[in-house]
Amino acid sequence: MAGPRYVADPEDLVRVVELDGLSALFHEPSGMTHIVAAPAPQILDMLRAAPADAAELLRRLRACYDFEGDEAAESIHARLEELETAGLVRRA
Amino acid sequence: MRHRLDIQIGPVAFRIGSAWKEPLDALARLYEPYPAPRDGLSDFTVRLEPEKPWRRFIRPSVAIKGDYVLPDAVPMALAHGLLAAEMGMNLQMALGQKRYLLLHASSAEKDGRAIIMTGESGAGKSTLAALLGERGWRLMGDEFALLDMDSGRLLPFPRAVSLKNGAIRVMEAEVEADRFGPRLEGTPKGDIRHMRPNGEALDRMGEGATPALILFPRFGEAQAIRAVGAAEVFMRLTQASTNYVNLGGRGFDALNRLIAANPALAIDYPDTDTAVGLVEDFWRELAA
Repeated sequence: MAGPRYVADPEDLVRVVELDGLSALFHEPSGMTHIVAAPAPQILDMLRAAPADAAELLRRLRACYDFEGDEAAESIHARLEELETAGLVRRA
Repeated sequence: MRHRLDIQIGPVAFRIGSAWKEPLDALARLYEPYPAPRDGLSDFTVRLEPEKPWRRFIRPSVAIKGDYVLPDAVPMALAHGLLAAEMGMNLQMALGQKRYLLLHASSAEKDGRAIIMTGESGAGKSTLAALLGERGWRLMGDEFALLDMDSGRLLPFPRAVSLKNGAIRVMEAEVEADRFGPRLEGTPKGDIRHMRPNGEALDRMGEGATPALILFPRFGEAQAIRAVGAAEVFMRLTQASTNYVNLGGRGFDALNRLIAANPALAIDYPDTDTAVGLVEDFWRELAA
């Protein structure tokens, strides 16, 4: 069974600044600042392009990035939950 | 208010009202050479009032009021009224300032370029800035650095320097006696003595500077120097800012421009002379 599908706000609503390995995000709709590590910025990029569930998101990420180990799926679920709690992604 | 004082400090005009004469007299002596507000209007109002009406006379204690109020602000003894006025001015700035990104930091200028020093209470940022201000630099402020979000320039806020405990003796050895306020003993912050910045700091209070270096000093440790990465600088400066969250995207952009344009160093130092030497060394390297 497919899980929930997520979407991220478009680029013009989230300002991103790279800070030596981390990214500072300013989320215009909430007025909140977040500091995130990879793969959060990459997840936001992918979900900006089109909504996806965790499995589809992982497929898209694998097409562009290398993932080590077997825990990628679990890790993507965890990151999505964190990003949803932070208000940076929402259910489509 | 029975008693009133209007003063301009850098780009900010204050009106301080008090139910008692003593704290305002002390404040007026300390701020004697400061100009009156340029256009007669004040940006912030501070009121020192009795906690209850009858307490103006009986064991008087000072409650700090103003345009912005913290519900839990504790009334202070009238003997510490000068400190109450200073805390009231800080409070109005910290809660109400919207024109500038406000950093809880000291700053000093040389050759049109400024050093920003921030750290936790007791890290020595006030003392270091005050000392630099007597040794060839211009003191821009000991408590708040004001970043103009459009130009990226730093504006001075040269209020009276609040010296605490050991720093009082350090500055008494450097500065003429008539620039000090009364020594306030046993305040919630320990012993405090205010020191008026020198004539140059006051004459040039309308003159900004371009930031050139961000320092995170820490007093009381063996000498050590560490470069601080942009992510850590960002986190420390957002924590050091009292109004960052209120400024939205403008604050985010201004802060990131500041970080991208300036080196940042953390320095541990055992005494203030060492710290002044380190700052001078960094400054020479930056100029080279």
